[in-house]
Amino acid sequence: MKTVGSIAQKIRSKNAGPFWVTIDIFCGTQTAYQTLTAALKTVDVAELYCQPSQMLKRFDIADLRVIKFSFPRPVVQGHRGDRDMHGAQWAVLLAEFSPPEIEALLA
Amino acid sequence: MPTRVLIPSGVLCLGFDRDALARGVAAKPDLIAIDGGSTDSGPFSLGSGTSKYARAVTKSEWRDLMLARAQADVPLVIGTSGTSGADACVDWMYQITCELAAELGQSLRVARLYSGQPKARIAQALADGQITPLTPAPDITADAIAQMTNIVALAGAEQIQAALATGADIVIAGRTTDTAIIAALPLARGEHPGGAWHGAKIGECGALCSTNPTSGVILVDFDETGFTVEPLAHGARCTPHSVSAHMLYENADPFLLYEPGGYLDVTQATYHALDTRRVRVTGSQWISGAYTVKLEGARAAGFQTTLIAILRDAHYVAHAQDWADRLQRFLMALITQRMGLAPDSYDLDFRLMGQNAALGQMENRIGAPVEIGVLLIITAPDAQTAAEIGKLANPHMLHYPLTEDEELPTFAFPFSPAQSDRGPLYEFALNHVMALDDPMSAFKLTVSEVRP
Repeated sequence: MKTVGSIAQKIRSKNAGPFWVTIDIFCGTQTAYQTLTAALKTVDVAELYCQPSQMLKRFDIADLRVIKFSFPRPVVQGHRGDRDMHGAQWAVLLAEFSPPEIEALLA
Repeated sequence: MPTRVLIPSGVLCLGFDRDALARGVAAKPDLIAIDGGSTDSGPFSLGSGTSKYARAVTKSEWRDLMLARAQADVPLVIGTSGTSGADACVDWMYQITCELAAELGQSLRVARLYSGQPKARIAQALADGQITPLTPAPDITADAIAQMTNIVALAGAEQIQAALATGADIVIAGRTTDTAIIAALPLARGEHPGGAWHGAKIGECGALCSTNPTSGVILVDFDETGFTVEPLAHGARCTPHSVSAHMLYENADPFLLYEPGGYLDVTQATYHALDTRRVRVTGSQWISGAYTVKLEGARAAGFQTTLIAILRDAHYVAHAQDWADRLQRFLMALITQRMGLAPDSYDLDFRLMGQNAALGQMENRIGAPVEIGVLLIITAPDAQTAAEIGKLANPHMLHYPLTEDEELPTFAFPFSPAQSDRGPLYEFALNHVMALDDPMSAFKLTVSEVRP
């Protein structure tokens, strides 16, 4: 199964202030952007991050060929229990994710 | 009349290209602005009122910028001084500035803008209904305010303008928005407000908006219709993509940016390449609103001690989670028995490095690690109790067996003493805005004549 990371140019995550985390998927090509916007379901991404899907903000930015997800951090940055002070490793989960419909879309 | 702002880098202590800085000075800027911090590294700087950066590095880079200022003969502004912009961090930066003024033989007017908020003011504002939660916000009560060690308000353009209006050569600001130190002068000179805030947002991380992010230095020209951004390092280029993509960075919403007194909307902005290096941006909109400033607060949340043991024995590696769960139960019983502490008065947190230490419950990969680093994080109300629990846990982290009928195992300890006492833990405790009738009413400006 193809992963999001194998199709996109770059995926990064970072805190947007101590209370939010934001994930940017730079698709690179128009083809990759079209494939990934169609394949990535917000509900699947929410599940990946153990979030209720209504908490996710999603931006499909055609000009930049970017898909962006933002959601409140389940543990506030630096609180006891925070495992990643900058939220920077969270991107890996999305990079390694294989959306169920991806093979059909690539076929 | 266009306004030219020189930005040496995204934050003081990140380094900058000195040749590019010299080109920036030669380009006759109207202001040099640099950020001194952010919440990036967590709540410790705000909680403790200390800088996360080395003093030697801060002083070395600030020396270069003070020399650049003297040569350009324009104001030099630093925002969010000393990482968090707490009052103690402003004083620290002022001390460094005074030392350098003496060493460099500079006579300076220095304005200090303090953003620190007395707890009584915040409690009163809360009682008066002047404080509004953002999403998501921790609960705020009079008790919660009393537990905070430092509270700061994020200054906007108005407070920086007030500091510049003193005729200061150098402005050492406490907590400000990242953009305010850059937008203040163009706004004061009547440049396009949407362009001023948007250009400030693009410029606030220095050359991060270019193809050579680590080169630092950029120049932003603000005018009546928009702004133009240009990186100054050789080989660095700004493209419509690199510039517009910067709105994504550390921003939950890539089109809107809230500031004191309104918000920036870049939905209609257009990015145009003037040549291979410079980008022109127009169409950004500033929408005025109520005057509110964002608050940041840190509260003391106990003290921590940590221990690390490494499991290399394959059987223990395979059963690391089970081992940690059993050890946790065993230690909690022992803490009750030996120390008389209630289970809810302290916290034991085992992190399995090599298994799921970074992502915890979100981790969905299962691997076969060679070894597992077991990090035990102990949090207790005071340092002595945290250290005492660490000592209690020590022999069991070293020898705890998975089964009763085996010879005692011994794991790898990298340190003697095994434990590290980390000192106080702080937590961010505010995600709120406070309404102000007068922008300066929550900020203090102190002007000093500094002689060598």
